[in-house]
Amino acid sequence: MSRQESRPMHGPGGRGAYRGKVSLDKTTARRMLGYFRPYTGRIIVVGICVLISAAASVASAMFLQPLIDKYIAPLISGESAELYSQLFGAIMMMACIYAAGVVSGLMYNLIMATVSQGILKKIRDDMFDHMQTLPIKYFDTHSYGDVMSYYTNDTDTIRQLISQTIPQTISSLFTVIAVFCAMLYTSVWLTLISIGVLLLSTGVVGKVGKASAKYFVKQQESIAKENGFIEEMINGQKVVKVFNHEEAAKRDFDILNDELCENSTLANKYGNVMMPMMNAFSYIMYVAVAAAGGALAVYSLDSGVNINLSLASLFNGEVFNALTLGMIASFLTLTKSFMRPISQLSQQVNSIAMAMAGAKRIFTLLDEQSEVDDGYVTLVNAKYVDGVLTETPEKTGRWAWRHPHKADGTVTYTELKGNVVIDDVDFGYVPEKQVLYGISLYAEPGQKVAFVGATGAGKTTITNLINRFYDIDDGKIRYDGININKIRKGDLRRSLGIVLQDVNLFTGTVMDNLRYGKPDATDDECIAAAKLVNADGFIRMLPEGYNTVLSGDGSGLSQGQRQLLSIARAAVADPPVMILDEATSQIDTRTEEIVQRGMDALMKGRTVFVIAHRLSTVRNADVIMVLEHGRIIERGNHQKLIAEKGKYYQLYTGAFELE
Amino acid sequence: MRVIIIYGVLLLIAAFVTMLFGFLAGKYAAVAGAGLAKNLRHDMFYNVQSFSFTNIDRFSSASIVTRLTTDVSNVTMAYQMIIRMAVRSPMMLIFAFVFSVRISPSLSLVFLCAVPLLAIVLFFIIRKAHPLFRKVFKTYDRLNGVVEEDLRGIRVVKSFVQEEQEKSKFGKISESIYRSFSKAEKTVAYNMPVMQACMYATVLVVSWFGAKMIASSGGNPDVPGGLSTGLLMSLITYASMILTSLMMVSMAFVAITMAKASGERVVEILDEKSDITDPENPVMTVDDGSIEFRGVSFAYSQSADKLCLDNVNVSIASGETIGIIGGTGSSKSTFVQLIPRLYDVVVGTVAVGGRDVREYNIKALRDQVAMVLQKNVLFSGTIKENLRWGDPNASDDEIKRVCRLACADEFIESFPDKYDTYIEQGGANVSGGQKQRLCIARALLKKPKILILDDSTSAVDTHTDSLIRRALRDELPDTTKLIIAQRIASVCDADRIIVLDDGRISAIGTHEELLESSTIYREVWESQTKGGEE
Repeated sequence: MSRQESRPMHGPGGRGAYRGKVSLDKTTARRMLGYFRPYTGRIIVVGICVLISAAASVASAMFLQPLIDKYIAPLISGESAELYSQLFGAIMMMACIYAAGVVSGLMYNLIMATVSQGILKKIRDDMFDHMQTLPIKYFDTHSYGDVMSYYTNDTDTIRQLISQTIPQTISSLFTVIAVFCAMLYTSVWLTLISIGVLLLSTGVVGKVGKASAKYFVKQQESIAKENGFIEEMINGQKVVKVFNHEEAAKRDFDILNDELCENSTLANKYGNVMMPMMNAFSYIMYVAVAAAGGALAVYSLDSGVNINLSLASLFNGEVFNALTLGMIASFLTLTKSFMRPISQLSQQVNSIAMAMAGAKRIFTLLDEQSEVDDGYVTLVNAKYVDGVLTETPEKTGRWAWRHPHKADGTVTYTELKGNVVIDDVDFGYVPEKQVLYGISLYAEPGQKVAFVGATGAGKTTITNLINRFYDIDDGKIRYDGININKIRKGDLRRSLGIVLQDVNLFTGTVMDNLRYGKPDATDDECIAAAKLVNADGFIRMLPEGYNTVLSGDGSGLSQGQRQLLSIARAAVADPPVMILDEATSQIDTRTEEIVQRGMDALMKGRTVFVIAHRLSTVRNADVIMVLEHGRIIERGNHQKLIAEKGKYYQLYTGAFELE
Repeated sequence: MRVIIIYGVLLLIAAFVTMLFGFLAGKYAAVAGAGLAKNLRHDMFYNVQSFSFTNIDRFSSASIVTRLTTDVSNVTMAYQMIIRMAVRSPMMLIFAFVFSVRISPSLSLVFLCAVPLLAIVLFFIIRKAHPLFRKVFKTYDRLNGVVEEDLRGIRVVKSFVQEEQEKSKFGKISESIYRSFSKAEKTVAYNMPVMQACMYATVLVVSWFGAKMIASSGGNPDVPGGLSTGLLMSLITYASMILTSLMMVSMAFVAITMAKASGERVVEILDEKSDITDPENPVMTVDDGSIEFRGVSFAYSQSADKLCLDNVNVSIASGETIGIIGGTGSSKSTFVQLIPRLYDVVVGTVAVGGRDVREYNIKALRDQVAMVLQKNVLFSGTIKENLRWGDPNASDDEIKRVCRLACADEFIESFPDKYDTYIEQGGANVSGGQKQRLCIARALLKKPKILILDDSTSAVDTHTDSLIRRALRDELPDTTKLIIAQRIASVCDADRIIVLDDGRISAIGTHEELLESSTIYREVWESQTKGGEE
């Protein structure tokens, strides 16, 4: 990922901000080319194959001239077996050339299939790998639908570019050049006429192509917009139903759908007329060449003066040669071979514009700044040897922070205990709006710290800071006496367990989900953890027990069951510090009581941060922090806070004031 | 010279005509292609709007989204290709063939050999490629699934430090797409070279026999079996026309192969019929907010052997406040979702305002039953726009009033843009508690006869929760209120409380009565107040 990190950011990655202007900019193209580098060898083979197959198709046009001039014309005047065998030989030679062309055509198609899919795979993998390194902030500020479309729509445009556009473009270019040489070889004058018509046509078609590309990009924008709308509406479809909002949704949808239809019609209109235009120009070229060729031939016949200038004549040491019927016929075929690849190229302009738009979006994702992780303190297995904590490769169940000191080159080990100190921390998600002010607290290993406060007081924010989902603006957070900025993020997070209010389960069996935080956990460990938090009961009631496959975020389970699973999942991971953010809010209190017993067992010996609205959940905490507007306004245990008759007392009694 | 000019002019006119009609064809093809896409999406989206909860559950939201987006564009692309080739290429083929027969029937036999040969090859290629493409698209679904799960669960992924595991999960699927897609493309790759081989072979054969025929007839086409040089050239041109159009047809076939799988998925959406429909002569007004369950049983699927609701009987008077308490999985949400007819009962009757809910016009019924779902959603747009879902014509004052009732006014006022604050998709920029209060306000704006709160204050602190309930009681005395809650405190002031247990009503009564009569209720109560009086 370091490759992407070192690249400069391309402005803000805000939603839709970059969609507006898409052009063929060189950086995008160059980066796209970078993906071809691992395939250099095969690309060269492809290039050679394309060259051969293009040469074969040129040869097929060139074949007419000798066929007519060398064999058919003499044959008309008099048959001879020798001529026939020569003709047969020539045809066999052509057959060989064609065979070579066909085989190389097949080869480059086959190679390109692997290369293009390989590159796509690399792009997809790069995107996903990079996405895993992005900070939480990125996910909080980008819509899922938009990110999803990187993997679908945008990658798709590139698929077309690589598998169709690029080989076609190479082939077209080669063919054009080869045909051009063949044309010069036959007649310079006729070539000049063809070039004149070509210039005229590219001028006209270029204008149309520009308009077409513009509308294709617009079409992509409309598609993204409409897809975003569909994504949002369908995911909220149940709410739409409850509010009878179907008609309004249809109306909004129609507006976007009409806009897309309009842009798409325009784009395709311009795109579709290019081919007939090129065809027309190809006919014009045909006529011009036929007329001029005819005139030249007739003039030569009449006057007996050769005026045709060609490479062939120059090779033979003469300046001029005669323009034969075979040469004209051959040249006419050449003009067709000349225009066909050019009109194919004009068709590719749209795919290129679209692919560049897609590639640019993909590179925007790849250029997003990764989470900065310059932590160097790591978590290692440890054991006590003669009372000294030492690192060991074996699994001891005891962990230590390995802390190298740069200054004197020594390494110290600190046992992982779960001591957390927050010292005068300020924080805001955006610079303009500070959320936390001077938060200070400490949690001894095994202590339970609870956060209480109104919605939006900053409870969840504090936990986001401990595991470094967000970085603090000012102050210090220490874990076992080590500044958490020095700890490698992966190790810091591994030492913290989190159970969130919004449970996310993954497609897979119940067992897979329990094992999520610790992939090497045995079945027995998982079942023990499920028993510990009383999830075992309902899991066994599922159709396949622990092997029941959950799909669609565990949609078959109730919210409470999902929360139980997520608690069990944290229990399997077995970290010394746990953060429970409304972990039991969806579990009914009766079940919660049962869970609570398991939770108490789970929390034993661990440092626990609890956020809960249900004060019954936090009552037994060692210390309760009452938060208001980002400040700790009261702290102490339940008895102390009740005795103080402050905010906590109000909240606590408030719950029962309606009795 | 005259002949040259005449033919030249004729050709130019032909070129002009070709261009003109090419233009028109291109123009109308664009209109038709874009129109097809528009109509498909329109019909699909409209049909989805008519889906019942059961339909939505069956397809899953993610799958509906993919069908409406990716699948539609696959179908459209194939269609655009087909309409531009379906007529043109076969016509070209036929005309070219007819003209070549007119020039030389015997040489045209070569085409008659080449065309079936190509057709057979094409048939085999498609037969092999189609299942491969189907597999590719299925794998794409899985890929999207993994990305979506990862996006939604990114906090879990990061806090368990499972980025590597996610990467390998993604990598495996990505690899399998790579394998099957390159296999499919390799199969299709034979198409073009085979076409070329045929074309070249035809040209050579025509040249050889053509040369013989010219020689034997002395270049005089009028002799039987005779041919001239010019005609041979035309024949070769026709040969390339025939084979080019065949190539176009085969490309269209490949496109169809790819789009077929998508087409089937699109049709599934279009064919899906909502299982909840209006009755023939629907009742348009709901008289009052009374609710009655008579012998109601319900299961989410016909095959489920366990009923979610089992013979539920209860009668609720208009204006009553009913609390609903019950364990995880006791079917509380199912119970209330039957009232606005989000699902239909299996046995029994649910009546609102004295009539079976199935007699009402669905819209009329749901207008009177406001429900705040457990898993609720805000949409991207300003706060005001979101609230106006409840009532599009609500005045600013009304909006402020319902926000006050839902205790949402305070935090809304604290935003710099107040009621015009932009809510990101899914309400990402407001906290859980704020989201719930906005959802309540949105429901209140409907001025319903029945208000259902399905655990809608779980993320709201106790104090605010009690304020909201008091506001509802004082300001909406005539509205029937059903409140599902975990906290007894949230329901203990209700007129009656229903205790649900495993799909059955275990007890009904006031707080005091239940403390006496219901063990479940008492246990819950004790667990929540224990220690409070220490």
